[in-house]
Amino acid sequence: MSIAPPANLALLDISDVSKSFGSVEVLRSVSLQVTRGEVVTVIGPSGSGKTTLLRCVNFLESYDSGSIRIDGKEVGFRDTGTRQRRSERDLAKMRAETGMVFQSFNLFPHLTAAGNIMLGLRKVRGKSSTEARAIAEHWLGRVGLAHKADSLPAELSGGQQQRVGIARAVAMEPKILLLDEITSALDPELVGEVLEVVRSLAEDGMTMVMVTHEMAFARDASSRIVFMADGGVSAAGPPAEILGTEIDNERLRSFLARFRASHF
Amino acid sequence: MLGQIAYALPFLAQGFAVTLWVSLLVVVLSLVAGVMMGVGLVYGPAPLRWAVRIFSDTIRGIPILVLIFFVYYGLPAVGIHLESFWAAVLALTLFKTAQVIEYLRGAVGSIPKGQSEAAMAIGLTFRQRLAYVIFPQAFRRFLPPWINGVTDAVKGSALVSLLGITDLMHAINQVIGRTYEAMPLYILGAVIYFVVNYALSLASRRLERRFSFIRE
Repeated sequence: MSIAPPANLALLDISDVSKSFGSVEVLRSVSLQVTRGEVVTVIGPSGSGKTTLLRCVNFLESYDSGSIRIDGKEVGFRDTGTRQRRSERDLAKMRAETGMVFQSFNLFPHLTAAGNIMLGLRKVRGKSSTEARAIAEHWLGRVGLAHKADSLPAELSGGQQQRVGIARAVAMEPKILLLDEITSALDPELVGEVLEVVRSLAEDGMTMVMVTHEMAFARDASSRIVFMADGGVSAAGPPAEILGTEIDNERLRSFLARFRASHF
Repeated sequence: MLGQIAYALPFLAQGFAVTLWVSLLVVVLSLVAGVMMGVGLVYGPAPLRWAVRIFSDTIRGIPILVLIFFVYYGLPAVGIHLESFWAAVLALTLFKTAQVIEYLRGAVGSIPKGQSEAAMAIGLTFRQRLAYVIFPQAFRRFLPPWINGVTDAVKGSALVSLLGITDLMHAINQVIGRTYEAMPLYILGAVIYFVVNYALSLASRRLERRFSFIRE
């Protein structure tokens, strides 16, 4: 018997996920649903599990219990319900469904900007070199770096490197884009150019889950904010509600107060 | 004197050919085995990592001469009889393999973890990550110690003469035995070994420069 998935099925469905590093519980039965086109921002103090949660979504980290599904398909484990890890090949296929942008850029230093973008297009998506090059140039244009296609990462500024990092991720046409503190390693004057690119992707309807400390950006660009504390979701809702003064959540209030104190 | 040496040249050339043949076999076999075992050491499951670790530490702790005699004179005790040539090649290859394992571990280990993660994130499989992301970057760090190791292999191949194999070293000793011209012949031998190794170093430096565009 097969049941068609309901039309309102969440694109990303994190359900009851827990994870420990040794005796430290970094995720405590976290649940979060993200629908197509949503931009969800995850905030919270360091050590609250934000980045770990993001890394579980594309299985850079495994988790101990619960399930993470993208389009109804379990990410890291076989659909048999036995929590049997997927094969290397299947994992690679699942990971290609999500894009990830890293805090430290992680561009491939031996490849040009265009080469960074083309690698996945050629080896994972099976595009020809000409096709891949055209796609790479299109996305480099979108992030304002058409003229840097043949530059090596070492020849680019931090902001430019991160924009290539974003282009590399979106060029694969992922279902979801994961952004892990992508402006934290940047000089303040370079943050704006990167966030501008993210904003334009959001306007295009790209589904995103973003861990960030840029509260102003979170308020303006996200459809929902999730506040994590001690490995669990402590509060979640629209930006106005979460960042507003009415909220009845002591931890969130003190987090925001400390945050404001350190930023003004 | 020169006439006697000239007369012996074809014989020395044959010895030189054996030296090159032994060196080439050892270098190629140890490269293949060492890279495979090195990958096992870095990425393999625990039992494989232990096995490679024990192999490498054991081999590197034994003088190469002991290894050669062990393989040739020791292994027959457990029923493994190898011709002197292959016994020497096996012993030198084991020795070299242990070194290649360590060079590879060092080179691959120096690549930041974020590189593997970025490669995973775009959906590359393990082999693709190695082929397109890790190895191209690790190559530049692997090359200098490895070329050093290659010149060591050429020099170390002279040890096979101790099993009576007529390599360059053995050929020289035999000619000296007939002519008593030790000095000129050893100089000739030293020059030949030097020329081969110097050529290798030059080639290595050129290769390193070709890959120096990779910056971190």
